[in-house]
This record gives sequence, structure tokens and C-alpha cells, in this order.
Amino acid sequence: MKSFGPIEVLKHINLDIHAGEVVCVIGPSGSGKSTLLRCVNLLETPTGGKIFVGNDEMTDPDVDIDTVRRRIGMVFQSFNLFPHLTVLRNLTVAQTKVLKRSKEEAEKIARANLERVGMAHKEDAFPAQLSGGQQQRIAIARSLSMSPELMLFDEPTSALDPELVGEVLAVMKGLAAEGMTMMVVTHEMSFARDVADRVVFMDGGYIVEEGSPDHVIGNPQHERTKSFLARVLNPTAVPLGDEFGAPLAEAPAVITDSDLIDNELDPMPGFHSTRSPD
Amino acid sequence: MATTTPEKSERPAKTGMTRRQRKRLSLWIQYAIFVAIVLFIVFTANWPQLKEAFFNVDVAARMFPRVITIGLANTLLYTVCSFLFGLLVGIVIALMRLSSVGPYRWVATAYVELFRGLPALLVLFFVAYGIPNAFPGFEFPGGFLGQVTVGLGLTAAAYMSETFRAGIQAVPKGQVEAARTLGMSSGRALVTIVLPQAFRIVIPPLTNEIILLTKDSSLVYVLGVTTQQYELTKFSQDFLNKAVNPTPLVVGGLLYLCITLPLSQLVRRLEIRHARAR
Repeated sequence: MKSFGPIEVLKHINLDIHAGEVVCVIGPSGSGKSTLLRCVNLLETPTGGKIFVGNDEMTDPDVDIDTVRRRIGMVFQSFNLFPHLTVLRNLTVAQTKVLKRSKEEAEKIARANLERVGMAHKEDAFPAQLSGGQQQRIAIARSLSMSPELMLFDEPTSALDPELVGEVLAVMKGLAAEGMTMMVVTHEMSFARDVADRVVFMDGGYIVEEGSPDHVIGNPQHERTKSFLARVLNPTAVPLGDEFGAPLAEAPAVITDSDLIDNELDPMPGFHSTRSPD
Repeated sequence: MATTTPEKSERPAKTGMTRRQRKRLSLWIQYAIFVAIVLFIVFTANWPQLKEAFFNVDVAARMFPRVITIGLANTLLYTVCSFLFGLLVGIVIALMRLSSVGPYRWVATAYVELFRGLPALLVLFFVAYGIPNAFPGFEFPGGFLGQVTVGLGLTAAAYMSETFRAGIQAVPKGQVEAARTLGMSSGRALVTIVLPQAFRIVIPPLTNEIILLTKDSSLVYVLGVTTQQYELTKFSQDFLNKAVNPTPLVVGGLLYLCITLPLSQLVRRLEIRHARAR
């Protein structure tokens, strides 16, 4: 459970992720998927409930948060590279200051990871000189340099130009193939379908549906999942009765109660969600 | 303009001029007034006397080299010392203002409000006379230079702490999150990630603070200074009395500009570069 003030953002979440598994979390904005992800490494503190990573309980007040966080890599929507450091220093700074690796060892690991994401030729550049896709690949390499056991991705391609999305997804696919445990919040349905072992659909702070990609994306059971996927997979298709016409010109002279009920979009009857922005 | 309606074209006909002609006439009049004033000054001023009074080469020559070795040197010394002191105290106050410990915040806020509200001269008096008066036998560490450093630095620290606070807050929140996810403690993230970026943001306003301090260093004469402790203003004023001629003030003024003009030029460049980097 996680509350922001009086608004409950996450409710009755019960999710297990096994080692080596790739779990994609999908859902509309404000459904709590980013908050759930950020709870895993305690960037947000859950108001209630427990979170375990490996054998460590993250929510234990006595846990050394800095130590457990080292084992969890995180990639942000806005990259968050350190703009005052070169690419190589971005990758080595935490290794030397936190893991106390020697400069030589840290640079060796950093170069290997830059190679892995295809950015070895840019180690002396500053982040501002690189494209969004390049920055995000470096951000992934930075996380990998800490040798994490679990990687969290918070909408890693949402801030990218469409033509740059592919290069980042390719790196993530490679990671998944190497057996990295990954939890990915994403709007890229094709990535979820191709790479995920499991897809979790969230809405209104609940996990509405979860299962294999074929099951959740290919053959959703829940009404809310169906309507969400229909919109995401066919963004230009407009369901009948949901056109954004000129309502004043076409509105009936007398609005009856039955009109209102007919027009109201209630994708999940009997399931009224409390939504809040991310 | 060519196709004006009949009514409109009749109105300017009263003066017999088009709009463009009137605009040109107005410009000519403004230039004429300027030229008239310049000519008036050129022909009425007593140039030989002005030169004798303000640009007396003999008097100016006698000031050298002591105006540099004592006046300018002391001005620079007092400025640099009080700036460094203000910088240190300013950073501490800024961090206190951003602290999550309430009493630290209150003390820091009180400090800033107090020293921003008091005249620098009063603070200087307080340090030089108030404290020794209250605690007889108290020897200020560093003697006269210590008094100057603290007297000017306390006020400067209040302004600089506000600059630092703005700089620290201008570093995006994602930077701290990225650092924390890499396992850095909050203190480590502050020192390695936030402060270096904040420093870059505050360099232009801090340079302005040096300019202000350079000018404020002229206040220290009120502490009662020996001839070896004269800074530029006091030195020039003293020379004015000896030479019975105001040329020393002009020389002193020009030397101040030698410090401040390059600095303000530097600020302008840094600001342009910073605007481009964003």
C-alpha cells in the first residue's frame, strides 16, 4: 500500500518477480505503475506492506538502504546522467566512491559496459553532446557497472524521439537475453510482447490482470485491459460514441438521465478507481 | 502606407508631412539637442583647470608605485579574504536552510534575515568595536585582517547563502535520485553530484558578489587603519589631502574599474555560456 496524503495510489499489490524474469508493467498514466517501481528501491516509501529484494526486506526500518540499493539498478525516463561528468566518469564515479573499486578496475568495468551498449567511442563526451538514445544507453551502462542483480526501468523510452527508441530497446532485449532480472514500466507494447516473461496490467492502483504476454496483450480478459489495449494498439481508431465532435452544436436540446448514463464511459462496471497523477 | 483612406490622409495634411517625415524630424531634433549640449560643455568648460584638477600627471605620478603596492594590494587582500570567509559560511548557512532539522533551518533563516537587513558598516563597527568593548582583552584572531574578514564576510555570507540555496535547488531532483539508486548516501550525493552542479550555476552571481565586496572593502577605513593598511579609497583620500588636488580620487576610481570591469565582463560571458549550455 502507498498513499500520497489522502490519496491511496497503490492498493493490495501482491507481486513476485523471480530471478532472471522480465516483467513488464503496463497501464494508463496515473495507474501507479511508476510508483510501484519506485517503491521497490525505496525512492518512494510505502505507507504499508512489505517489499523484499532477494532476502532483504527493503521496508525494514533497520535496513541499510544504501547497501541494498547497490544491487538494484534503475533507469529513468529522463536519463539523469550527471551533466558535469564525462561519460566514463558517469560510469566510474559510483564504483569508486561506493564500491571502493580502484580507478583502473572501475574503468575496465565501465569500458566493458559501454562496449555492451555500443557507446565505447563516446567515453570522453559529456552527456549534453549526445542524443537522447545515446544518453539512455549510457544510463543503462552506468547501472550495469554496479553489477546489479535486478534492473528497474521507468518508462525508459518515453522521452525519446521515435527513431531513437529502437536502439534503447535493442540494448534492453540483449540484457533480457543474458538473463538479467528486469522490471520494466513501459508503453512499448511490442517490447512487452516480444521480451517479457510476464505482463502486469495496472489501473487505479490495482493490479487488474497479469500473466504471459500472449494472455494479457493477446487475449485480455478484463474489460479495462481490453479498452486500454484497444486504444494503445490502435491510437487513431475512435470507438463509436467517443468522438470529440462539436458537442454544443450537436447536443440534444434536452439532456435526459438516460443520455448521461449511455454516454458515460465505464470500462469496469462496479470497479471505481481512485486515480492520481504519477 | 500608400493606400490610406481619404479621412486619414487629410489629418497629416495639417502639418503637410507624412508619418515618415515627422519621424525623421523628431530624430533630427533629438540629435540636435545632444550636439548642442556637447558644444555648450566644450566651449564653456575650463579645460586647463579641469585637467589641472582631475588629470594632474605630476600628482598621479607621485602616487605610484605605492597606490599599487599598498592601495590596490590591500583592496584585493581584504576582498579575497572576506569573500572566502563569506563563501564558507554561506555554504554552511545554505545547507542549514535546506536541512530537514527544523532548528537548523530557523537559525539559518534568522541569520540571513538579520545580516541582509543590517548595513555593512554597522556590522563592521560591531566586529571592530562592539565585541572588544563587550569582552575586554579579547584579541581578534588574525588581528586587523581578521576583523576585516569577519566584518565584511558576515554580511557577504548572508547574500551568498541565498545564492547557494537557489543553486542547489536548481539541480534537478532526478540527479539525487540517480545518485541514490547507485548506492550513494545522501551526503555523498550532495558532495559528488549536487554541489559541483550548483557551483556552476552560482558562479555568475558569486562573481557579482566579488564586485560588491571589492567596493565594500572601502568601508574598512572606519576601523582606524595605519598607512600600511590603507586600501584604495583611503589611500586616494589621504593623497588628496596631501596633494590638495582631486586627481588621486580619479586614479583610485580608475583602479577600482580595473578590477570590476573585467569581472562584470566575465559574468556576462559566463551567463551567455550558461544560457547556451541549457
